Amino acid sequence: MNLYARRLLINRFNLLVSLFAMLFGLFWLGWILFTLFEAGFKALTPELFLHMTPPPGSAGGLLNAIAGSLFMAATGTLLGTPIGIMAGIYLAEFGRRGWLAPVTRFINDILLSAPSIVIGLFIYEAYVVNVRHFSAWAGIMALALIVIPVVIRTTENMLRLVPDSLREAAAALGAPQWKVITFVTVRAAKAGIITGILLAVARISGETAPLLFTALNNQFWSLNMNAPMANLPVVIFQFAMSPYENWQQLAWAGALLITLSVLALNIFARVFFRNKTPVY
Amino acid sequence: MSTVANTIEGLSRGLPDMSTVSRAIPAASLRRQYRLDQLFRHATRGFAFLVLALLIGIIATLILGSLPALKAFGLKFLVNPHWNPVTEEFGALVPIVGTLVTSFIALLIGIPVSFGIALFLTELSPVWLRRPLGTAIELLAAIPSIIYGMWGLFVFAPVFATYVQPALTATLGTIPLVGKLFQGPAIGIGILTAGLILAIMVIPFIASVMRDVFEIVPSVLKESAYALGSTTWEVVWNVVLPYTKVGVVGGVMLGLGRALGETMAVTFVIGNAHRLTSSLMLPGNSIASTLANEFTEAVGDLYFSSLIELGLILFLITFVVLAFSKLLLMRLAKQEGQKT
Repeated sequence: MNLYARRLLINRFNLLVSLFAMLFGLFWLGWILFTLFEAGFKALTPELFLHMTPPPGSAGGLLNAIAGSLFMAATGTLLGTPIGIMAGIYLAEFGRRGWLAPVTRFINDILLSAPSIVIGLFIYEAYVVNVRHFSAWAGIMALALIVIPVVIRTTENMLRLVPDSLREAAAALGAPQWKVITFVTVRAAKAGIITGILLAVARISGETAPLLFTALNNQFWSLNMNAPMANLPVVIFQFAMSPYENWQQLAWAGALLITLSVLALNIFARVFFRNKTPVY
Repeated sequence: MSTVANTIEGLSRGLPDMSTVSRAIPAASLRRQYRLDQLFRHATRGFAFLVLALLIGIIATLILGSLPALKAFGLKFLVNPHWNPVTEEFGALVPIVGTLVTSFIALLIGIPVSFGIALFLTELSPVWLRRPLGTAIELLAAIPSIIYGMWGLFVFAPVFATYVQPALTATLGTIPLVGKLFQGPAIGIGILTAGLILAIMVIPFIASVMRDVFEIVPSVLKESAYALGSTTWEVVWNVVLPYTKVGVVGGVMLGLGRALGETMAVTFVIGNAHRLTSSLMLPGNSIASTLANEFTEAVGDLYFSSLIELGLILFLITFVVLAFSKLLLMRLAKQEGQKT
């Protein structure tokens, strides 16, 4: 075989392998989604949204877990978002000089990928140990701590995309800096910042590890913020690991619910705000 | 367009009426705006500080919580393979090894596949397919890890035990030295399964970083190589990869950071056994899965603080890996800035 033919062959072979790598990736996505739909839809009944989590062996639903998850995710987002946006504004608008901004940016990127179970441990040690009980508040704090880095990162990135000429134009009209930022730059970057918040919500909706040591779980309906609160991920964990048939069925239904909402949020965020938003 | 409209609207709302501009702005008003500016700047600054405080808080709390274990075991904690709540003897060797081995398997499989995906997305795929395919791969990262765990335990593990494990034992298991790793009962769960599932989970992270850094290679460089008669593969291997080397390593480190700290998926499939084994087929344990399984059931101060020390070790390892990743990616970005 001559040199040209060999090079061509190597090229074709390697490109073929890359095609297979792509298919390999899609294969797992397809398989996981297929399993979820197959096992989850069977268990998806109206009962799910009407009844509480049952004891082993009897019928029931996931109402308290769904409500608890929605409530904690919403409150966690409400708590974390303003902090994230403010810090993001500092990094993008005031952070062009000095040491604080680069250091914060660096630390934030690390916190973004830090193991979420460590966040759970931190809240446990800092809060749960002191008040001596698991509680919804602790879960909300843990989720808020996961929201903050995501929001900081997207807010900063999106504000940086706003051209300086806009800021200069506003400043030239005599607007003080706080007005330039809140009325001009943040408004211009609004769509991107909302995307970041949506992605943060998607991220915390499925988080299990930080809730294990904070909100724990509750078999009953409870809106007491100082008591353990039911939530979908921990219920799924507990029910899937159990030997009871009906619990496992409910776990699949919960898994389908979570995955559908997370994927829907992700796709929505990507399609409607066609900005380049990193997953990492 | 909406940006411009927003801006104009924002300006007209945020500014004094144009008719007043011609008159001198009262000094009191200027001072008030100046004070508001200062207030705003310091407020945002305070929130940025909060991030630093958070990191220091996490490390300090974990160190404080693990003091009893640190005092009782010292450095021996890191190399002691025993984990016995009854006799209160704790050592982190098994979980540390489990964490490192599963992450290593994940990278071993994840790196080549991610490279293939990035190559496909940047060079081979039709342009209209790039976005949907890229999104599909990124969606793999969006699936919550507990779903991977459930799927791994109920769907993947049985298939793996019936078809793949016997085949691995029969082929790779017969090789001297390496073979030992693949011998063992085909039970589906264990270190190898955990590593495989982690591989699927890190692929989207590594692949999207690789795709992003491949895209920043100046087309002049690639076109020059094509003009000299290179094949696509040669361009990628000899031009794109060397140019983006630093970024690729950064992406791999990012994936490693994710794999090290992954909790729920691993907890489901690793088997939770505090044993050091020579086989990858047998159940093991990782730091995160030990925490998830034992933390809420731990009794006794020493047990608790040993678990918290495990968490501290995990945080420090991932911190170093992620910091390294970030530094490499920053270096690439800087180099990019100089060249273009």
